[in-house]
Amino acid sequence: MPATVIATQNLVKSYPVKNSKDFVAVDGISFEVAPGESFGLLGPNGAGKSTTMRMIGAVSTRTSGDLDVLGLDPNRYGPEIRSQLGVVPQENNLDMELKVRENLLVYGRYFGLPRARVARRADELLEFAQLADKAGAKVDDLSGGMKRRLTIARALINDPRILLLDEPTTGLDPQARHILWDRLFRLKEQGTTLLLTTHYMDEAEQLCDRLVVVDKGRIMAEGSPVDLIRRYSSREVLEVRFGSTQNAEVAGRIQSYGERVDVLPDRILVYSDSGENELERMTAAGLHPITSLVRRSSLEDVFLRLTGRNLIE
Amino acid sequence: MGDISDEMRAETRAAAVAAAARTRRYGSWYVAEHRFRVMRSYAQTVLFTAVGSPLVYLYAMGVGLASLVDGNLGDDAVDGVSYLAFLAPALLASSAIAVASEEFTYPIMLGFKWNPTFFGMNASSIQPGQIINGLVISVAARMLVTCTIFYVFMLAFGAVPGRLGFVAVPVALVTGLAFGVLVMAYTATLKDDTGQLAMVQRFVILPMTLFSGTFFPLDVLPPYLQWIGWVSPLWHGTELSRVFAYGLSEPIWLSLVHVLYLAALLAIGWVWARRLATRRLNK
Repeated sequence: MPATVIATQNLVKSYPVKNSKDFVAVDGISFEVAPGESFGLLGPNGAGKSTTMRMIGAVSTRTSGDLDVLGLDPNRYGPEIRSQLGVVPQENNLDMELKVRENLLVYGRYFGLPRARVARRADELLEFAQLADKAGAKVDDLSGGMKRRLTIARALINDPRILLLDEPTTGLDPQARHILWDRLFRLKEQGTTLLLTTHYMDEAEQLCDRLVVVDKGRIMAEGSPVDLIRRYSSREVLEVRFGSTQNAEVAGRIQSYGERVDVLPDRILVYSDSGENELERMTAAGLHPITSLVRRSSLEDVFLRLTGRNLIE
Repeated sequence: MGDISDEMRAETRAAAVAAAARTRRYGSWYVAEHRFRVMRSYAQTVLFTAVGSPLVYLYAMGVGLASLVDGNLGDDAVDGVSYLAFLAPALLASSAIAVASEEFTYPIMLGFKWNPTFFGMNASSIQPGQIINGLVISVAARMLVTCTIFYVFMLAFGAVPGRLGFVAVPVALVTGLAFGVLVMAYTATLKDDTGQLAMVQRFVILPMTLFSGTFFPLDVLPPYLQWIGWVSPLWHGTELSRVFAYGLSEPIWLSLVHVLYLAALLAIGWVWARRLATRRLNK
């Protein structure tokens, strides 16, 4: 295996806009993904994550920069690269006119795989996706989580080297998300390279060995989740509410607390090694928040720190 | 270290090239395979219309209406043959157009927009142009079945005096496809269907069927309406079919024009549709 399976260097994608400057969706992104690694693009909607994924998936031509997927240039070797990828798109494009198992059979044929092999693989994958009892069902009758699992099964029909997942759990309920994460974690254990985009920090923390934080088409930071939290946040965060009318006034009095204080319209965040200590200090000073919460620091805090904005707006 | 990595890179590349080779060659057929599987779910409708529509049309027009025409004008009513013989090749070509207008409109809208399976295909080793090819292949197959059944009914009704009448089947096929690929290309430009496809049905396909020398020769129309026939693939296809079905006498250059015109439309529509698909799928 090569040392990297995906390498981007100054990757740019812009779209012409009538009577205006080009819209730059991806603005000079560079990163490398090693074989077997689980790599994430974390950022809010419109950050350019999906566009990056499409370029790597060889279904969108880059405007400039270098892109290397499995040693091949997508501009020339689109079908070759795609033969080695499994793609789970953001928008469900399962075939509603076909049954669950048929979706896998048909998709396997697109890679030129023999029918018998595709049939065998389809049954294995239905098992893996916990959909074996739904093989003959209509796609429309599946729940959102099941559709997603079927899409993942479909993406694995060609035994891909890299699995691209664009917002894999967006729109799913918490239980369905956990089932999906378990499946993806299995794949990770088996050595499949995962590249995923997400705007959920818990998803990134669960699944990614390493990630880049993307905003407005640019990379803001790169590292492992733990590493990023250590660099850009503190161990714990104390969240307090004094009511929207009091927030600003109180904020002035606790500015020196912890390592840093962020004042949001409705909440104040105090970054510290020990949230409990900060809360005690607050109470001792005669400040009594209406609600208080001490939690582990997360990638959400990293994003807020880097961009001054929340991930989900 | 660098050497090992380079070697492995070469291996990865070779594996990818090998894995995509079959799809590069046969991808269009894989797409067609998908379409056949989908068609299977409405196979009954396909067969029912293929059998039902010749019966309905040949009885209503070829027997019912024909008795009026022949009654007034004699057995050599139009072009020196019976009205049924005159009409049948036109109905055959129209049946191909009907298949085209079904398969190249809503299914295209579906694949690009409502249930974007074309994007799913495009994420595999399949290329956009192959999606278009596969669609054409699968519709051609359905059209061939429909037209062949229609032709068998024409024979049963005694509507084919000429010995080369069977050539009308491939002519109908080309006519249907030549028109179909243009409709497909047009549909591929639509971001949304806000009634455009129904308009095509009403203001393109219906007038074309009525004014393409289908039910009466084009030259009985006033000159300012005859152009509809000249631009209509249906007229060119029908006239060419008539040459084979009952020996319609027209100059050979005109027959050649029919062939070239249909071939040109087919080529233009096909290439245009492939381009549009590429642009739409590879944003």
